Amino acid sequence: MIGRIDEEIGFMSKALNLHAQRQQLLAGNIANADTPNYKAVDIDFSRALQTAMGSGDAVGLNRTAPGHLQAKDSNPFGARTLYRQPAQPSIDGNTVDMDVERTQFIDNAIRYQFALDRVSGKFKEMQLALSSQ
Amino acid sequence: MSLFNLFDISGSAMTAQSQRLNVVASNLANADSATSSTGQPYRAKQVVFSATPLGGSNGAAAGVRVDRVIDDPAPMKMMYDPKSPLADAKGYVTMPNVNAVEEMVNMISASRSYQSNADVMNTAKTLLLKTLQLGQ
Repeated sequence: MIGRIDEEIGFMSKALNLHAQRQQLLAGNIANADTPNYKAVDIDFSRALQTAMGSGDAVGLNRTAPGHLQAKDSNPFGARTLYRQPAQPSIDGNTVDMDVERTQFIDNAIRYQFALDRVSGKFKEMQLALSSQ
Repeated sequence: MSLFNLFDISGSAMTAQSQRLNVVASNLANADSATSSTGQPYRAKQVVFSATPLGGSNGAAAGVRVDRVIDDPAPMKMMYDPKSPLADAKGYVTMPNVNAVEEMVNMISASRSYQSNADVMNTAKTLLLKTLQLGQ
């Protein structure tokens, strides 16, 4: 039974975790809007989610010899952080574009709330199935 | 719960930006201080920001801190005022190298960034409170 619940909720809870991670990255970008030489980072969300669900190919380095080290990922979900391409490079080497970051931040916040709502909905469905009315 | 890190990140940025505002206030206040406790005219101060990567699960996210406060290397202003007790042999007084225009630009930039980070914090708060209502 617990396994079934996990199946029902698993996908959305993974998405929720990834959204929370991405929200952190975007907040870091906004925080560092005035830091010289700071490079804005983000993750490829859909690819990260595929990797988290085990259907995508995990991004990483091929190890062709036994002595090669495993490339350590900074993210537990296997989402590799990528650098944003600046539309207008600035003179202090900072690549944060405030419009882009704020748009992505709000967008991601709404998606987070959507995932939250779906998880909540699943629980309500189960309660409905369990109730005898 | 990684959403709590948003408070650390944005909080550090707000602290850094308010320090920047403090420095701007100090520079503008002392724009005409031709002497000080050391006997030297006031030199403009500038903050240097640096990104501080967060430890733990998400190494890519970073907060900010004021790395150091430097003396502005711009040359001092020389003002001709032979009547002043501070004048040198040629009648010039060394005045602080505060550029009022630059300081005003800095002030606006710092206050805008502060507001942005306050907005981020508000969003984080909303999301966390929504998360607490899960399953109700």
